[in-house]
Amino acid sequence: MDLILPDFGLLIWTAVVFCLLMFVLAKFIWKPILSSVNERETKISDSLALAEKTKAEMILLQSQNENLLKEARAERDKIVKDAHETASKMVEDSKVNAKNEASKIIASAHQAIEVEKAAAFSELKSSIAALSIEIAEKVVRTELSSDDKQKALATKLVADINLN
Amino acid sequence: MIMKSTVKSIFLALLTIFSLNVSFANSSEENTQHPKEKEEFNVGEMIMHHIKDAHEWHLFGPEHGGTSIYLPIILIDGGLKTFSSSNFYHGEHKSAIDHKTGKEVSYVAGKGAASAYGMFHEKIYKLENGELNFEGGHVHGSIKPWDLSITKNVVSLFFGAIFILVIMGSVAKFYKKNGAVAPKGLAKYLEVIVVMVRDDVAKANIGEAKYKKYVPYLLTIFFFVWFNNMLGMIPFLPGGANLTGNLTVTLFLAVCTLIVTLASANKNYWKHIFATPGVPVALLPIMIPIEIVGIFTKPFALMIRLFANMTAGHIIVLALISIIFINQNAAWGFLSVPMALFISVLELLVAFLQAFLFAMLSALFIGAAVEEAHH
Repeated sequence: MDLILPDFGLLIWTAVVFCLLMFVLAKFIWKPILSSVNERETKISDSLALAEKTKAEMILLQSQNENLLKEARAERDKIVKDAHETASKMVEDSKVNAKNEASKIIASAHQAIEVEKAAAFSELKSSIAALSIEIAEKVVRTELSSDDKQKALATKLVADINLN
Repeated sequence: MIMKSTVKSIFLALLTIFSLNVSFANSSEENTQHPKEKEEFNVGEMIMHHIKDAHEWHLFGPEHGGTSIYLPIILIDGGLKTFSSSNFYHGEHKSAIDHKTGKEVSYVAGKGAASAYGMFHEKIYKLENGELNFEGGHVHGSIKPWDLSITKNVVSLFFGAIFILVIMGSVAKFYKKNGAVAPKGLAKYLEVIVVMVRDDVAKANIGEAKYKKYVPYLLTIFFFVWFNNMLGMIPFLPGGANLTGNLTVTLFLAVCTLIVTLASANKNYWKHIFATPGVPVALLPIMIPIEIVGIFTKPFALMIRLFANMTAGHIIVLALISIIFINQNAAWGFLSVPMALFISVLELLVAFLQAFLFAMLSALFIGAAVEEAHH
């Protein structure tokens, strides 16, 4: 029966030893162990989080780099294309300009020629007129040197008038 | 599952213990009646002798006349009295007639410094006129002085505490020296268990918010039970005592858990006891006593579970070894040694499991006491 009856002396000793043990363990043993374990756990989780973050950053950076590269490439392509366009435009423009200039020159040349021509004609006309008058004067003088001839002319003129 | 099977095993173990106890009592009575048979090996007496506390630490040799360490006896009986227990073990063997049953009972009267005391079944009584009187198998009419002796279990308790301090101290030293680095040596093995108690016992049962305060208590109780369980399995010094299979020790541990539980209980816990939500008011007069009994049955189960498991383990191992001595033939060792080895290995598991269960159930009770109401 005394197997299942509590024993006073042992109870006291158990209480004393357990309480002392609890005190010493809690203060000098569990505390450093738990704090070290906790510290290490936070360190590990922090490091892992940092690694994860760095990885994400790396990926971001990589994609950024790629984007940058892509943009640069596009820029380059655009610049080259623009240059091409500008060059061809310049060529085209200069062609057009040259053509315009040429046609302008041709036009002014034409004009000058016309003017010269007109001037030449008018001079020619006036010269012809003067010559004609001179000739006519000379002819008339010869024609009208005798009265018969004057009469004949008058008659002919009259005849012409009648015909009209 | 675990709970159910544990409860079942406790019940069975208790039954076994009680039935064994009765049969031992009978056999010892028979022995006293027939002194000729006294030389025959008595399994029950041997087992009971081993699992109970004693004032000596028997090392080797026959039970009487072998080599023992005589532990100090400390009595409070009108002042402090200390002397060696050899005064009893080498004292005068006396016998008396039981006044009720009429049977002859033998006890020891101390000599020298212990001459005023007698010892019966490892209990110390003050002699009345130089002798003890018995009535119905119990000492009658004698004063029982407060016995604070350093018994076998107390010495084992010291050993256990020293082992824990030395081993866990070296782990703590490692961390103090090296800081928060990867553990090496002992720390590598024991850290896993410390973290298990912290995470799977404390955090899982008490909750993230409040578990921190209880971790030192749960760790202490776990390592105290575990180390002492294993120490009890070593058949020679410093092991061999049945400390965690002693009801007094498990009673104290269970009371600690009860105190911690009640001290940390919040309003919600008391509300569940005195005004269980969802229970009609008319049923409360029935419910309240049930709930109050429930406060005490939980630690009571803790106490019985550890006691019964460890005591049962010791009894089984001793009984298996006894096969050899019952048959008086060493050849039986081929049967009993493998069986005892198997049970011993099983006991190693039980030693851990019971420590874990004690800590886990303590955490569960504390967790229930600090749980906030959730609707």
